[in-house]
Amino acid sequence: MTLIARLTIDTPTDREIVMTRVFDAPRQMLFDAFTKPELVPEWLTGRPDHSMPICEIDLRVGGAYRYVWRGPDGQEMSSIGVFREVVPPERVVATERFEPSWYPGENVNTTTFVEKDGKTTVTLKIECGSREIRDEMLKSGMERGVAYSYDRLEAMLQSKRR
Amino acid sequence: MNSAAHLDATFAALADPTRRAILARLAAEGEASVLELAAPFKMSQPAISKHLRVLERAGLISRSRDRQRRPCRLEPRALSEASAWLERYRQVWEGNFRRLDRLLERMKSKQATANPRRNRRTTQ
Repeated sequence: MTLIARLTIDTPTDREIVMTRVFDAPRQMLFDAFTKPELVPEWLTGRPDHSMPICEIDLRVGGAYRYVWRGPDGQEMSSIGVFREVVPPERVVATERFEPSWYPGENVNTTTFVEKDGKTTVTLKIECGSREIRDEMLKSGMERGVAYSYDRLEAMLQSKRR
Repeated sequence: MNSAAHLDATFAALADPTRRAILARLAAEGEASVLELAAPFKMSQPAISKHLRVLERAGLISRSRDRQRRPCRLEPRALSEASAWLERYRQVWEGNFRRLDRLLERMKSKQATANPRRNRRTTQ
């Protein structure tokens, strides 16, 4: 539905969100960037004024992970879950729920890494546990989005790229 | 419908390629009757009518009640609510992935330093 730059986002069913992005790196590197606790906080911060002070990853089936984000006001939010499938460097399936809980239940996130000619396509599929969860996720996403200045994000990204 | 339930109906309606094609056509042509909309599809008129009901329930289209051919018309507001959400979501993830691009560049130069005999791939 939305195709801008290299990131595509689609909502193929009423419970799913699917994102696809191509990266100029071999897939082992992408797999590491998505699964190593020393690398994830470098990029998965969501917003430029947020940081990820805690990142714990026990990468094995049944192992848990925990991400803690901290905003400029000191407010924290966590994402926790358990790995259901770990197939390096191809595929990871994990559950996800947020704390404080802004929607009930949990999502199942599937990340796949496909390499071709040295470039890696990463597909991130978010399956919400129910329509209600997705409703809440959408609503929350909207409310969060309003307070956030994307102009600032763009400006920061531009200056860092130079 | 509250706003979340409304969005849910909108996304569900947009999840189907036929319905997206109908919306694209209405966006281009203004209004059209069921018969006109059914013409390009290999689908019966009742099947198209069913799609139109889903779109109407989601608030994506409206249908005139008082005219014989009951033309369908695009209602852009529901669509813009859905795309505004996707746009915000997209921007957050674009930010994440741009940071990831930079991390990958650092990882690549580190690897090239660690393995000087391996060919270093240039990317820019």
